[in-house]
Amino acid sequence: MFGIGIQNNLAYRVNFLARSLFGLIPVLAMIYLWRTIFEGQGNATIAGYTLGQMISYYLIVQIVDALTAVNEDDWQIASDIKDGMISQFLLKPVDYLWYRLSLFLAGRVTYIAVAGLPLALFIYWLRDHLEAPESAARFGLFLLALGMTALLQFLISYAMAMLAFWVLEVSTFIFILYALEYLASGHLFPLDILPPGLQQVLELTPFPYQLYFPISIYLGRVGESELWRGLLIQFVWVVIAYAVARFMWRLGIRRYEAVGG
Amino acid sequence: MMSTLLRYCSIYAALWRNSLMREMIFRANFLLWIVVDVLWFGLQLCFISVLYLHTESIGTWTKWQVVLLIAASNFIQQIFHGIFLLNLTNLSDLVRTGKLDFLLVQPVNPRFIVSLRQIDLGAFVNALIALVVMIYAGIQLGIRPGLTDVVLFLVLCAIGILIHYSLMLLLASVSFWTVKAQGIVWGYYNLFNIARMPDEAFRGLFKALFTLAIPMLLVSNVPARVLTDKLASPALVWLLVAMGAGCVACSEIGWRASLKRYTSASS
Repeated sequence: MFGIGIQNNLAYRVNFLARSLFGLIPVLAMIYLWRTIFEGQGNATIAGYTLGQMISYYLIVQIVDALTAVNEDDWQIASDIKDGMISQFLLKPVDYLWYRLSLFLAGRVTYIAVAGLPLALFIYWLRDHLEAPESAARFGLFLLALGMTALLQFLISYAMAMLAFWVLEVSTFIFILYALEYLASGHLFPLDILPPGLQQVLELTPFPYQLYFPISIYLGRVGESELWRGLLIQFVWVVIAYAVARFMWRLGIRRYEAVGG
Repeated sequence: MMSTLLRYCSIYAALWRNSLMREMIFRANFLLWIVVDVLWFGLQLCFISVLYLHTESIGTWTKWQVVLLIAASNFIQQIFHGIFLLNLTNLSDLVRTGKLDFLLVQPVNPRFIVSLRQIDLGAFVNALIALVVMIYAGIQLGIRPGLTDVVLFLVLCAIGILIHYSLMLLLASVSFWTVKAQGIVWGYYNLFNIARMPDEAFRGLFKALFTLAIPMLLVSNVPARVLTDKLASPALVWLLVAMGAGCVACSEIGWRASLKRYTSASS
């Protein structure tokens, strides 16, 4: 299944390439924007970030995003449901969730294969600003959190796409979720430059664990005890998302069979 | 001449009626799309408020000036969406399925019918919301633009819309050459991102590229500068006008070349 996924995705390599190239323009703009703000301020740090750390943040967002973001998966799942493609999974001994997960992972591998080079060149160009992690152990924990981020991204999108069982047009819901994730997961800015009250509210949601958390480990923005607590919370969110995804699927199938006969 | 103009006006009115009827069939969806766009707009405003928690200004741009810039940018973008965007993103589908043939045999200008067939009414609601935010930012800044400023602002917005349209048509025309062009069309969203950033944040090659080649740093910045009295000299206005003319000319050349390729390939 992983192999099929890779083959399907390679057909879209032009798309992937265009996506990654165009995608770098706003990042570059963001870096320029922060540089101007730092210069205007005259302070060495803003909210505890040096300019180098701030630029590193946006560069690592790109890396984490390339490795873990869902691309077309949610749309495909929704259209599988709408077109009745899922009927075959009710007969075959293949579980739809594992099938989609392997396609998702295959999609990430092909994305990296195509978009990896432009991204690598971009980061190499800005290498002076990229900070290294404190220690190898930190980097290991970053990778662990990264893996859970990928799972969380996938499971949340999967659960969201299940809405296709009930509503005709899921794209609006998916876009609303994107908008929330974009802001609350730390895509636009590191979450710890927000006022403390807002940060605490965000920490109650799964969003920070979809992007911000692994990056904060990499940049050493979390202390030792917070780090372990964070990993535990992230794990709990993965389990919850998995349970919700399964539950939605079961409810959806019940409805699907009732309607489809 | 006059009668041709009248004929095209009545065709366009009919297209509006059709779109309105279509939207009213899927009313809930129509409202949800408005919510989606309002959310994205709110998101940009959130981002700016967070930035201004940590700084007084970006270059010489103050907080409310940037709010006005973002709202102006959104206003331009939404009107562009309302009139053109759907049609341009559908172009690759028209080419792939061959439905374009059907449009080409109709007794109207092909560019007219391809560009204006469908109207996205929700976008006009969002343009209105952007306008309200712009006025609110204006009140915060205590500006009282005169009639000439407002007229100049609107003319510059119209030029901005034409620039977006021309560039997007050029990009969409790529689908005449390669069928899988969605990625390229999607890429245009990233260019929109730059249009709402204050021009003074940029320097060097980046600024030159997005001013003199792809004038994203002019389309919203110049109108916003007119309203906020940040225009040092009229040179920027003339630059925007010149770039607008350039983009329109390029898109016409690109469109003709694409159409020629299409008609010679299919017959």
